[in-house]
Amino acid sequence: MSASDVDAPGARPWILMSPALAAVAMLLVIPVCFIAVYSFWLRTAVGSEQVGFYLDNWIEVLTDPFYRDILFQTLRIAAASTLLCITLGYVPAYFIARSTTRHKAVLILLLMLPFWISYIIRTMSWINILGVSGALNVFLLWLGVISEPMQILYNEGTVILGLVHFLLPFMILNIYVSLDGIDGNLVDAARSLGCTGWQAFREVTLPLSLPGLAAGSLLCFVLGAGTYITPMILGGPRDAMFANLVFETIITQLDWPLGSALSLVLLVVLGSVVMLYSRFAGIGQLAKSFR
Amino acid sequence: MSDREQVVELSGVVKRYGNFTAVEPMNLAVEAGAFVTLLGPSGCGKTTTLRMVAGLAAPSAGDILIKGARVNDVPIHKRNLGIVFQNYALFPHKTVFDNVAFGLKYRKAAKAQIAERVSRALDLVQLPQMADRFPNQLSGGQQQRIALARAIVVEPDVLLLDEPLSALDANLREGMRVELKKIQHQLGITTIFVTHDQSEALAMSDKIIVMNQGRIEQEGSPEDVYTRPRSEFVARFLGNSNLLDGQVTARDGNALRIAVEGLGEIQADSEGTEAPQNGARLRLVVRAEKIRLSSTPQDKTDATRLTGRIETVDYQGQSARYFVTVGTHSLQVINPIDRRPFGQGAEVSVEIRPRDVVLLKPE
Repeated sequence: MSASDVDAPGARPWILMSPALAAVAMLLVIPVCFIAVYSFWLRTAVGSEQVGFYLDNWIEVLTDPFYRDILFQTLRIAAASTLLCITLGYVPAYFIARSTTRHKAVLILLLMLPFWISYIIRTMSWINILGVSGALNVFLLWLGVISEPMQILYNEGTVILGLVHFLLPFMILNIYVSLDGIDGNLVDAARSLGCTGWQAFREVTLPLSLPGLAAGSLLCFVLGAGTYITPMILGGPRDAMFANLVFETIITQLDWPLGSALSLVLLVVLGSVVMLYSRFAGIGQLAKSFR
Repeated sequence: MSDREQVVELSGVVKRYGNFTAVEPMNLAVEAGAFVTLLGPSGCGKTTTLRMVAGLAAPSAGDILIKGARVNDVPIHKRNLGIVFQNYALFPHKTVFDNVAFGLKYRKAAKAQIAERVSRALDLVQLPQMADRFPNQLSGGQQQRIALARAIVVEPDVLLLDEPLSALDANLREGMRVELKKIQHQLGITTIFVTHDQSEALAMSDKIIVMNQGRIEQEGSPEDVYTRPRSEFVARFLGNSNLLDGQVTARDGNALRIAVEGLGEIQADSEGTEAPQNGARLRLVVRAEKIRLSSTPQDKTDATRLTGRIETVDYQGQSARYFVTVGTHSLQVINPIDRRPFGQGAEVSVEIRPRDVVLLKPE
């Protein structure tokens, strides 16, 4: 140990963390403060902002049922996508965790493969599959099952489909990590004490994989609730999610103050979800899948 | 002893993994209440054998019988076994009580009965006040006891112990060894114990089965296996042995004289083994602690007396381990220390009694 360590035992971690802290402060904390300040300004009819302290935006956002309904719709779509990811993701995660080491690497690589392609391109690919002249309609027409193309796209169902497509790898990865950490002897022990395979899964494997399931769910829910690309590409006019509102307000209507207030609402709602999770599961679990 | 019920029987059991044979055709019988140890180095097939009895691995050939019934096709949860794993394998999300009660729950025992049997099992392993703790709040030794309690509370037909002591530190290990044996004896539970530690095997077992490369090298009582090794492997694996090659030069009944090149003539006793012919080549095993060193030769008529020089001294407290140069050989000798150990370079008289010389066929 050098002398400086003894002099300032608590300083070193802060020095080492300072670049990261500076980045978070510059790119996250300060911009959010700007947004907070913006939300109290007013947009004038001319188009420029009126600086001051006005509660108009906040009153509109918090009282207009239009915003409330879209918020609930957003949470509902995110929750449905998360639940679907859990149902679809557990078995593949279990399969990867039980594979031999050599196969594991390949399977995880395959899981990561979609990330090499832009999220937007991946989402748009559904248009080629489900669109009016997409693969599915063409195939069904050729079979003669239908006589004219079906309108499959542009509803809440396809938004959820797109989200599941985007989020599933996150869920599988999180569940896999917690399954992989379970000592195989525990299952053997449960079996030797009288459990069938299924009972041992219920008693040991499932409860011990819950932290990963919770972490994956949080990640999927927050990512899902904050997206605007999927509903924009795969949703109809009535399937807008909250982030679309923010996008619309700021980019199309150029109403930055109102858009700021809206984005803060989403931030607070999703932040509360994270806090709730952290209260019950501990935020540290999230970090495990990225080790 | 032999008319007692065989609780576990293996006949012609083989385990292959692809081209690799982990366990060669194996026959084994474990009597009711016996403590049988599978002893051998890692990779000798002892754990594979245990896993086959447990139902965690399926034999490639042969039959496994528990209480006379063939169990090859009986799944593990119906075999009524208790297993203690090397890493304890306690359920981390369940309390000690729920861990121990686990097997009883699946045997559909009544609530009141579960509570009573769990508390009796915890008393037995001397941890009655730990029921509400979680495994990670216990020390390694305590976790080990809970794992034992969990395995025995269901009154299994066979208790399988897979190196249960090797994760404990040395002091704790000796204590647990005594206690484990005591509990096993008290309950009279048929036990198969797997270890690579010869002192555990010698201290605890009624019968030791020494395994090497998927084969049984020798089986017998601890004393039998230790004092009368039947192969070079067993002689080397258990205790410290000197191996010498010699040729029989004279024979009078069981009394043999064997010439060992570079050492001299050694007297041996072939009692209990097939008497070798005159001129036959043999391999001799002499345990390090059976050779006696003294500063002046004792006048014992039947012992071989040689003279040697102390090469190295390894002081071990109440005993010392010496390497003694005798002729062109270096013999390993462990002797209790009488007042003070012999010094390096000292001239000593080396005595070997005929009955301490074990005869093996040359390999």
